[in-house]
Amino acid sequence: MMTRLIVENLTCRHGLLTAVRDVSFALRAGEVLCVIGANGAGKTTLMNAIAGTHRPVGGRIALDGVDVTAQPAFARVRSGIAMSPEGRRLFADMTVRENLLIAAENGRAGDWTLARVLQAFPQLRPLTDMPAGRLSGGQRQAAAIGRALLTNPVVLLLDEVSLGLSPAAVEGVYQSLAMIKEARTTTMVVVEQDLTRALGFADQVLCMAEGQTELQGMPGHLSREQITDAYFGIHDKELSDV
Amino acid sequence: MFDGVLQALLQGGLLGGYYAIIAAGLSLMVGVVRFINLAHGDMAVLGAMVTITLTEVGGVPVLWSIMIMLPAMALMGWVMHATLFQRAMRGGFLLPILVTIGLGAALQNGMFGLWGSNTRSLGASIGELSWASWILPGGIILGKLPVLIFVTAVVVIGALHLMLKKTKLGRAIRATASDPEAAEMCGVSSRQAHRAAAAIAVTLAALAGVFLAMRGQVTPYSGPAQLIFAFEAVVIGGIGSLGGTLIGGMVLGVSQSLGGLISPQGSLLAGHLVFVSVLIWRLSRDWARDHGGWRASLAISAIKLRRRLTGGAPAPDRAPSSKGAA
Amino acid sequence: MNRHHVIAGISAPDRRLMAAGGLIALGLFALPLFGSALVVDKLTLLMVYIILAVMWNLLAGYAGLVSVGQQAFIGLGGYFVLRLVESGMPPFLAIGLGGFLVLLAAWPLSWLVLRLKPAEFAVAMWVLAETIRSIVMFDPLVQGETGRSLVSLNAIDPDVRRTTIYLMAVVAVVVSLVLSHALLRGRLGGESQAIRDDEEAASSVGVSTLRVKRWIFLISAVGCAIAGTIWLASAITFQPRSAFGINWSIFMLFMVLVGGLGSYLGPVLGALLFFALQEVFGDFGAWYLAGIGVVAILFALFAPRGIMGLIIGKTGQEPLSMRKLLIMREG
Repeated sequence: MMTRLIVENLTCRHGLLTAVRDVSFALRAGEVLCVIGANGAGKTTLMNAIAGTHRPVGGRIALDGVDVTAQPAFARVRSGIAMSPEGRRLFADMTVRENLLIAAENGRAGDWTLARVLQAFPQLRPLTDMPAGRLSGGQRQAAAIGRALLTNPVVLLLDEVSLGLSPAAVEGVYQSLAMIKEARTTTMVVVEQDLTRALGFADQVLCMAEGQTELQGMPGHLSREQITDAYFGIHDKELSDV
Repeated sequence: MFDGVLQALLQGGLLGGYYAIIAAGLSLMVGVVRFINLAHGDMAVLGAMVTITLTEVGGVPVLWSIMIMLPAMALMGWVMHATLFQRAMRGGFLLPILVTIGLGAALQNGMFGLWGSNTRSLGASIGELSWASWILPGGIILGKLPVLIFVTAVVVIGALHLMLKKTKLGRAIRATASDPEAAEMCGVSSRQAHRAAAAIAVTLAALAGVFLAMRGQVTPYSGPAQLIFAFEAVVIGGIGSLGGTLIGGMVLGVSQSLGGLISPQGSLLAGHLVFVSVLIWRLSRDWARDHGGWRASLAISAIKLRRRLTGGAPAPDRAPSSKGAA
Repeated sequence: MNRHHVIAGISAPDRRLMAAGGLIALGLFALPLFGSALVVDKLTLLMVYIILAVMWNLLAGYAGLVSVGQQAFIGLGGYFVLRLVESGMPPFLAIGLGGFLVLLAAWPLSWLVLRLKPAEFAVAMWVLAETIRSIVMFDPLVQGETGRSLVSLNAIDPDVRRTTIYLMAVVAVVVSLVLSHALLRGRLGGESQAIRDDEEAASSVGVSTLRVKRWIFLISAVGCAIAGTIWLASAITFQPRSAFGINWSIFMLFMVLVGGLGSYLGPVLGALLFFALQEVFGDFGAWYLAGIGVVAILFALFAPRGIMGLIIGKTGQEPLSMRKLLIMREG
């Protein structure tokens, strides 16, 4: 099966600070990668670089064999990479329906329609005519993911899925995500702070510390201890040999 | 006297329609692109000059001249944004100001070179419309042209509002205005949205220019004054709100025509003073808000003043309830 | 909180430049002894341009305040002089006092405009210039658009008048250059530099951005007013439309942009170039002015740091740079 998304030796800077250093991974269609790591590890910059809102200084991003590194964000959406960003970034003055419509109008054609998104995120159904600025945290996250889905992506990037959400809201969002995962068509890259949640949901895990890959692999093959050490950036000879 | 005031109110309100059209373009650029085009008024004059030339030299009927001129000006706005403005915007707030004031100088003097210093008007080309009027009960005179301009303003602003609300382009423009990066994440090209906004803004300016030339006379150097009126209307009405722009235009028009009752020079001054008052009011309100409300901030100011006069210790800088840096 | 400013000394090439500047100033003072009336008049105009360019650069290049309304102070300075002279004050005293009166007028204005966003500040200044013009035109003395001449200046012997105005202009240039040098190398310069580089960071280390901006705004207002009064004294006639004209702003912007925004010598260079261009192409009238606009656009887009920027790019250093090592320590 063809590799859907390739990220190769990606390096990103914020001024003098190198936020992402030499990160590489490859994902097949329908595969789910969870990116974990402490605050400031470079997860969001990595996501922004894949989405096209941050221009990397080195490395390559390819979608279905086509190099998209030079494409601006809006062109990547049309190629099939969409993101639900950190902070959700909904258009606060516009209604939920308008937020979703914009994505539908400017993205790719495909199976995801307004009706299907409302089916996947039933909590949005009564809110479509409300300004997005008045939604609760969980509703906002649902709308942001719905908005990304409506561009009909082949790669869906979800930054900080459960940040700031109540446990019930997290559960609701993951139920919807599980449905998407089951279909095995949409590749997902998910940034998740909750380790248990990440390990349960992911096919592959990438742990970052200080911009670098500390640990990478399938959740079943990694021990909890390895992961927590990598999470805090503890360098250990035994671990790096794994 | 009363009739005079009533007449002035009516005429000023109708004049506001003209201001609203030219201000709507400026407001769109400020709201969506965060860009103040200091040559906006000169675009209006260019639109008028092109229309006058098509009509007088080319012999094209006025309405047709306008129909030809407007799309051409829209195209010019698009191209200008793609070539000049977009590049200028990369240099922060400084370069846009420098580039557009340079553009204004180039346009004014270029038009002077091409068309000479003579005042020009479309008045002669629109026949009786330029002077025809209705007489209302009480001897109030209602010019047909001002009514036409006002109705056009309401229609144009309404259409713009609907376009922004109901169309794909409109939603893309609003999304870009609210968060350009998030709009890009939805597949909207913020550059395209900006160019579209620039095209609409220049079209609105050009339309206003035509009305300016119908109502009276234009010279190549009429542009800066129009920019100032547009800016005043935008600030009075509240930046970024289309409905506010119409109200701002009418407030400006009414203050000018009431000022004109006092003295001929009073007209412009009254408009400027209303603008300055609104500005002072808005800045004081923000200042009070940042210092813990009117009551607290005034009380602190009074204490500070008293201490300063009596030579006591300085008062706290702000109310304890407020936070954040000054 | 105490802050110590560690400032690098003046380099040898800069010392030589300053010495050369002093010699040029001496030469300019001596010029009326042998220069013709025409040369003196032209040089007076050049001095006015230099003052304006230096003042606009102080505002935009060091405080980040782009104004297209400095003509407010040029015109107001001229108007105050006219008023004072008409009320019986000796003309040359009035020229000095005019600047002070503009300072009094600019103070309350600074409260208003400095709180605006940068782009709004630019246009608001323009509107204020127009507002002040409308107010000035209410004075029957000005006679509306017609304007009025400084009749009492005509009573003075033309040669004496010309030379006096010229010498005042040279003094004003020297003062504005020396003063802005002292300011920029002192505390205000360091603070304004910090603000220009990063306003938020500057205010977080305790620089009062509003205070620095207000100082520079007021200095620039007075400078423009003095340039305006000298210009009025040599042109004799005060006309609201030209004294408060937007052309002043276009000229200032052109000189500073082409010379080199934010550099110390850039505006002087720009003023010289602008003066030369006007001498050569001024007869083309409107087309010349249109060309000025086009050149300003080209510089803004392709060489935003002006000729001085190109020189720095070539030689790697800026002559008489006000950029210095500024270290703020908390003690």
